[in-house]
Amino acid sequence: MKIVVAVKQVPERDAVVRVAADGRGLDERDVTWTMNEPDAYALEEALQLKERAGEAEVVVLCAGPERVQSTLREALAKGADRAVHVVTPESGAGSLGERDSLDVARLLAEAVKAEAADLVLTGLQSDDLGAGQTGVVMAELLGVPHATLVLQVELLGNGIKVKRELEDGWMQQVEMPLPALLTVQSGGNRLRYATLMGIKRARQKEMREVSAAAAAKRVDEVVKVSPPTRVKRTEMLTGSADEIAATLVERLRFEVKVL
Amino acid sequence: MSNGVLVVLETKGAGWHRMSFEALAAGQKLAADMGGACSAAVLGEAAAIAPLAAELATKRLATVWMVGDALLAQYTADGWIAALAQLIAEVKPKYVVLPHTYQVRDFAPALATRMGEVLIGDVTAIQVAVAADGPVFVRQWMQGKLNAEYRHGGDGGVCFVSVQAGSFRGDAVESGASEVKTFAPTLEAAKIRTKPGEAFREAAQTVDLSSAPVIVSVGRGIGEQENLKLVEALATALGAEIAASRPICDAGWLPMERQVGSSGQTVAPKLYLAVGISGAIQHLVGMKGAKTVIAINKDADAPIFEVADIGVVGDLFEVVPALTKAIEGAARG
Ligand SMILES: Cc1cc2nc3c(=O)[nH]c(=O)nc-3n(C[C@H](O)[C@H](O)[C@H](O)COP(=O)(O)OP(=O)(O)OC[C@H]3O[C@@H](n4cnc5c(N)ncnc54)[C@H](O)[C@@H]3O)c2cc1C
Ligand SMILES: Nc1ncnc2c1ncn2[C@@H]1O[C@H](COP(=O)(O)O)[C@@H](O)[C@H]1O
Repeated sequence: MKIVVAVKQVPERDAVVRVAADGRGLDERDVTWTMNEPDAYALEEALQLKERAGEAEVVVLCAGPERVQSTLREALAKGADRAVHVVTPESGAGSLGERDSLDVARLLAEAVKAEAADLVLTGLQSDDLGAGQTGVVMAELLGVPHATLVLQVELLGNGIKVKRELEDGWMQQVEMPLPALLTVQSGGNRLRYATLMGIKRARQKEMREVSAAAAAKRVDEVVKVSPPTRVKRTEMLTGSADEIAATLVERLRFEVKVL
Repeated sequence: MSNGVLVVLETKGAGWHRMSFEALAAGQKLAADMGGACSAAVLGEAAAIAPLAAELATKRLATVWMVGDALLAQYTADGWIAALAQLIAEVKPKYVVLPHTYQVRDFAPALATRMGEVLIGDVTAIQVAVAADGPVFVRQWMQGKLNAEYRHGGDGGVCFVSVQAGSFRGDAVESGASEVKTFAPTLEAAKIRTKPGEAFREAAQTVDLSSAPVIVSVGRGIGEQENLKLVEALATALGAEIAASRPICDAGWLPMERQVGSSGQTVAPKLYLAVGISGAIQHLVGMKGAKTVIAINKDADAPIFEVADIGVVGDLFEVVPALTKAIEGAARG
């Protein structure tokens, strides 16, 4: 059984968010990068599937510039067997920022086809673009069934059964044949940390670079990026912690009336 | 149907998903701004959706499309994509508007792909300055820290848009009279590859946050499980229930039933005190109904401050203990 996990590298959660000079993207200069959180859960599910199945190969896949190799290495250190890096330019034509979701999904789907995977896992959504589409688009391009918001995967004789999240705390089981694609929601498992041994081993593991196809014409276009303007006037309290606490107590007593 | 809008509504049980009418309001507005007509579609088993289609017939729409088939009795991506691709080929809208529900996340990107398009998803606003220039769609990047404006640049193809929960007002839907037409898609059971089970809930809820008058809610800013006792002390002082954002429950620091948000509980307390929570939309939808929101966050640009009545920009490790002490003091005094 071969499992491909698409992991995306995204800015750290407390990264400084600034608009790029051209006003159409994120200024990446001072950004520190990390693995997209749901993708870490997708990887965890793949590693646990491998442990349960006894035998499987877990391949991690990422499209992006040189920097994404640190995220792929991290996945290798956690236990993935090998990595495929679809190399795109840092900026300008062909870079991730110039491609729409369909085009990025095409790059990833091409790489998956070359691997002939039984199961493809992605995160359900990226923390930076929040598109929540790449996995579902890949499934369509690959012609395989899919499920989204998946928390757990169970191997059946001739397919899989997954537990997926619905709204408001409801769940659902869905069965489907393999090959299939699943987009994974956070929280299905506890995440493992890379061990020192894992980090050492990762250095020996294969990191295959493939060059990305030229970008297709975008279907959608990003015309402007800006910080949001506040809609509601929030009253901001300032001062020392004790002063703030005293003001809050007043308000809680006389306005909110909970004290 | 030049500049026509087709809104795809979602059902829940025998009625509507609460976001369906928000999408309908967005679709009607877009159609009016662009000088086109707005139609709506509802999918399901014919008998089940007939009363819903009849309800839609009282709205200001060109046509209500009743897309009925036994294979649409239960949602599957394969069924929905096939049926909608056929309907869109027939109706030829310029815009397809959907509510950004979990179900729409599941099929709309693939439906757009099948038509060589890209879904502009989770849109918070649609702006039309001049109809000839087309609409601008606003989406959030970086979990709400940036707004990105999108245009559909496709070569005359269909533009797929889904709208974020709460961004449009369902009660703004305009009434009128419209014609109901049935559309019978050609579906094959063999082409529906997934077998969905019934919806279920994991375990009986032991806490009911929905009726709690005061909630102290904790997010990832708390850093470590060990630090939870700080907010627990605050909750005790306030006589509040404790709740959390998703990452806290994902990590197992608090049980899942204390999670507030789109995949957790919806709460409407007198006071919601958010500690170290950034305010991602999936969290906000669960607590927007609170009467008063107080947020403590070290990042002045955190989106939580957009829904907060009172904001404290500061380190929770200083503010929370000070507040706990002050409340305890006030209770004694
Ligand atoms: C389909 C889907 C469903 C989801 N469902 C839910 C849901 O039901 N509920 C939910 O909550 N989320 C849900 N999420 C996740 C959601 O998108 C966010 O990732 C999540 O809400 C973020 O949680 P957080 O605010 O605790 O963490 P973060 O976004 O990491 O924010 C932490 C905050 O703490 C602040 N902070 C850090 N240190 C300090 C300090 N010392 N003092 C003060 N402030 C500090 C930071 O400035 C930051 O704003 C869902 C996501 C998806 C895609
Ligand atoms: N450049 C990329 N490289 C690898 N995986 C990606 C990339 N972009 C998106 N993905 C995958 O697709 C998921 C959804 O991303 P998005 O559609 O951007 O929200 C992510 O969680 C990743 O698993």
